[in-house]
Amino acid sequence: MNTLQWQIATITKITPETAKVKSFTLSLPGWIKHRAGQHYDLRLTAPDGYRAQRSYSIASAPERTGEIDLTIERVEDGEVSTFLHQVVVPGDRIEVRGPIGGYFVWDATTSGGPVLLVAGGSGVVPMMSMLRHRAAVGAKVPVRLLYSSRTYDDVIYREELANLATGGVEIFHTLTRSHPAGWTGYSRRIDDAMLAEVSRPFGASALTFICGPTPLVESAATSLERASLRADRIKTERFGPTGT
Amino acid sequence: MRANEELTLDGNAVGGLLDEVFGADLTAAVGTCPDCGRRDALATLRAYTYAPGVVLRCPGCDGVQLVIVRTPRGLRHQLRSVIERR
Repeated sequence: MNTLQWQIATITKITPETAKVKSFTLSLPGWIKHRAGQHYDLRLTAPDGYRAQRSYSIASAPERTGEIDLTIERVEDGEVSTFLHQVVVPGDRIEVRGPIGGYFVWDATTSGGPVLLVAGGSGVVPMMSMLRHRAAVGAKVPVRLLYSSRTYDDVIYREELANLATGGVEIFHTLTRSHPAGWTGYSRRIDDAMLAEVSRPFGASALTFICGPTPLVESAATSLERASLRADRIKTERFGPTGT
Repeated sequence: MRANEELTLDGNAVGGLLDEVFGADLTAAVGTCPDCGRRDALATLRAYTYAPGVVLRCPGCDGVQLVIVRTPRGLRHQLRSVIERR
């Protein structure tokens, strides 16, 4: 088995995360340990041979063997994500290959830190793999996650993130559209002042990962570089058809 | 129909395809744009995937660095940038 070989995974569990986001547990006959931040390619083939392929970040920790979780947002008109959300049921089989990617990856035991994570919407998915990985290996490296969502109900992994925020992990939420009464987090788009506040304790050498919609990623990366974080310590991953 | 900008991915998303073409993970390799000379990890190039082929463009000047097309006779690619493996 190699990472470019397509294999047939079985969907063993589907977990709703928010109204538009579900996690799919895939059992893999050719499971290969991934690095936190990597993705799988997934393809669908129609009876007439037409194929649609997408890549989805792995949400689960590398330490979980034999299966992975992919957390997938339903994109309006998205031909793959709408199929996964509306048609697929546990027991269904699906073609995937991976794990893929050698850039947007973090290893708690060798990559060092401190680590600053900046996520928008479902851009939190690869960060979740990193946080679960950190917890699974018992690493002590300090991590701060700044996570932007539209509303409180759009926050993916809300409870688990709250539970992970211990022993050197700090989570900062910002809600861009509306927020519940008594909300104590940020309530605006990620901006220079917010990034400066969250990144300040880590100084200029923080290893930074930014993932989300293109405008968020570009403005956050530019802002952090202006705040004199080292550009070669900032890694980005953009995806298109969603927004925060 | 969405605006092009909203459909933009980056080189991370085509890591598997790059591996098929070049036989190694190249997302962390650094490409030098042939048009403006800017150097970026291939993972950070803009990737246009909603076309018959995949086009990777410079995030600075939008210059085309790499085109990959899947044809009935296999993958074809045209590389314009200089790539340095890390």
